[in-house]
Amino acid sequence: MEIPRERLLWLYERMVLIRAFEDRVAQLFAAGKLPGFVHLYAGEEAIAVGVCAHLTDRDFITSTHRGHGHCIAKGVDVRAMMTELYGKATGVCKGKGGSMHIADVDKGMLGANGIVGGGPPIACGAGLTAKTLGTDQVAVYFFGDGAAEQGTTHEAMNLAAIWKLPVVFVCENNLYAESTPWTYHCAAPDIASRAAAYDMPGVLVDGTDVFAVYEAAGEAIARARRGEGPTLLECRAFRYYGHFQGDAVTYRTPEEEASYRQRDPIQRFRQAVLSQGLLGEDELDAVDAAVKDRIEEAVRFAETSPYPPPEECLTDVYVSYPVEQLAFRH
Amino acid sequence: MVVATRVLSYRQAINEALRLEMRRDPTVILMGEDVAGGATVEHVEQEGAWGGPLGVTKSLVSEFGRRRVLDTPISEAAFIGAAVGAAVTGLRPVAELMFVDFFGVCMDQIFNQGAKLRYMFGGKAKVPMVIRTMIGAGFGAAGQHSGCHYSVFAHMPGLKAVAPATPYDAKGLLIAAIRDDDPVLFFEHKMLYDTTGEVPEGDYVVPIGKADVKREGNDVTIVAISRMVHVALEAAARLAADGIDAEVVDLRSLSPLDEETVLRSLAKTRRLVVVDEDNPRCSIAADIAALAVDKGFDSLDAPVKLVTAPHTPVPFSPPLEQYYVPSPERVVAAVRELL
Repeated sequence: MEIPRERLLWLYERMVLIRAFEDRVAQLFAAGKLPGFVHLYAGEEAIAVGVCAHLTDRDFITSTHRGHGHCIAKGVDVRAMMTELYGKATGVCKGKGGSMHIADVDKGMLGANGIVGGGPPIACGAGLTAKTLGTDQVAVYFFGDGAAEQGTTHEAMNLAAIWKLPVVFVCENNLYAESTPWTYHCAAPDIASRAAAYDMPGVLVDGTDVFAVYEAAGEAIARARRGEGPTLLECRAFRYYGHFQGDAVTYRTPEEEASYRQRDPIQRFRQAVLSQGLLGEDELDAVDAAVKDRIEEAVRFAETSPYPPPEECLTDVYVSYPVEQLAFRH
Repeated sequence: MVVATRVLSYRQAINEALRLEMRRDPTVILMGEDVAGGATVEHVEQEGAWGGPLGVTKSLVSEFGRRRVLDTPISEAAFIGAAVGAAVTGLRPVAELMFVDFFGVCMDQIFNQGAKLRYMFGGKAKVPMVIRTMIGAGFGAAGQHSGCHYSVFAHMPGLKAVAPATPYDAKGLLIAAIRDDDPVLFFEHKMLYDTTGEVPEGDYVVPIGKADVKREGNDVTIVAISRMVHVALEAAARLAADGIDAEVVDLRSLSPLDEETVLRSLAKTRRLVVVDEDNPRCSIAADIAALAVDKGFDSLDAPVKLVTAPHTPVPFSPPLEQYYVPSPERVVAAVRELL
């Protein structure tokens, strides 16, 4: 598989950007800088990046509570994201969504989702729009192994299949639904094989290998664009942090966690491109440095941005509605 | 300009609103269980088999085709959610939730997704979708096919909710709902489908959020919703025979609420009865009573009376169902208590 040099650099830059963002968010959260709670994507970067490499701003994705990586892979501005996590007025959702509902429809990012299994019908709807209007747009539904057990996921796979919608179902199997092992919650030997029930291709992919994801997603997305219907990809990877930041992660042993790093997607990428002479070490290091600066700049911007005025609570509920009926009565 | 009118049924008025909007705007699509009916069955593929279980969407598929009149699997979460996704990305879907009682299997897509997306996204998204759904007792359909439940939706920020009582209002409100940029729940009372009334030809809009005084009067205000407007009018006719002059306000829209019209009527009559077929706890009827107490207290010469369904599911047996639904007799009795 030939990947143009520029795209190789993009894959690396996006993965590193996600990792740096998440590691920094972990620190900021621990320092009490961020309200609410956060679910971090570190370790799973190859999936979002390998898939979104095939998408443009006109394509759509729906995401999960672990959505920062999908946002970054889809091109959402990290400064506006970081600011959103602070709850500031200049955040990408004006401080109204936060980590769990972060979205940017201008980038085709139809939202992280606080509801496990909330996204698949929405992805079908985005695919239905493309099909109805006769465009070649594609919608991707990212979901965890936990959401693989939600009825909406199954209903949506069936709907996408009977209507031949341009939707790709990307399961990120990170081995645990919160603290529950996927081998417990899933009756099937793998999630990909469930595709057979909906007469669509199901592909099991190493989600720590961005090249493998890139190739499988490329085929699935091309198939969707050709009007041949949906595909289910199951990408196995590891989440480095807990389910949420602050999770004591008692369900995993230190040995298991250490083993994850042996298959780190970023290190695997570096080794692959360096050993094949596709990119130089200095180029990769330069990306690392630029990303670091970018994240620090985003944090500075977020820190110095203002909070929204309290009355901002009352806006954006509707396009039109009598505001006095939204406000307190007294 | 003289606009021609003819007598249409409530069912025909809804069908006409859908047809006109689908002609006007190619992004309007219909989706739901059996909205055409008989998908892929050769001899009905072009004209549809059902047009909905009560024929409300009949013959739309023959004009607009299966790509715009979409029969769905019985997967309410998937297709109501698909309507949300389609609305966010550029269509104006009209999804049919066959009976409102089915909201239990798709509520997440309605209230966590459709209702909240715009807000959570900081105003960047809009969700111009309509959910048409059937309400009401009277068919002997019992516990899971007879509720009203619109109060549940009126409670939720991000949703609008309308419940027309006449063919004229049904057509104008549905056109308004389809053109609205927010998600609108459109409640159709199953016992009204065969009722008839004058309906203008061509398109017109009944604005969402505006109540309508269906009968003017000076002695008492009766606020009613959907089928209960007709119950209230019947009660008003009986009261008139005894020299009591009731004003009947058809709420039409539950969210937003036309507070001004209710309060203006109350200021005139100084007495208020609310007639509502929904269950009474935390309901639109209770909300109107709270409005009267909160903003119309000085107008009240008597307690507010609520004539509602009891706090039970809808029963099956005909005498029980009849007991459940507010009757003109109960409305008359409530008014008499105030005078």
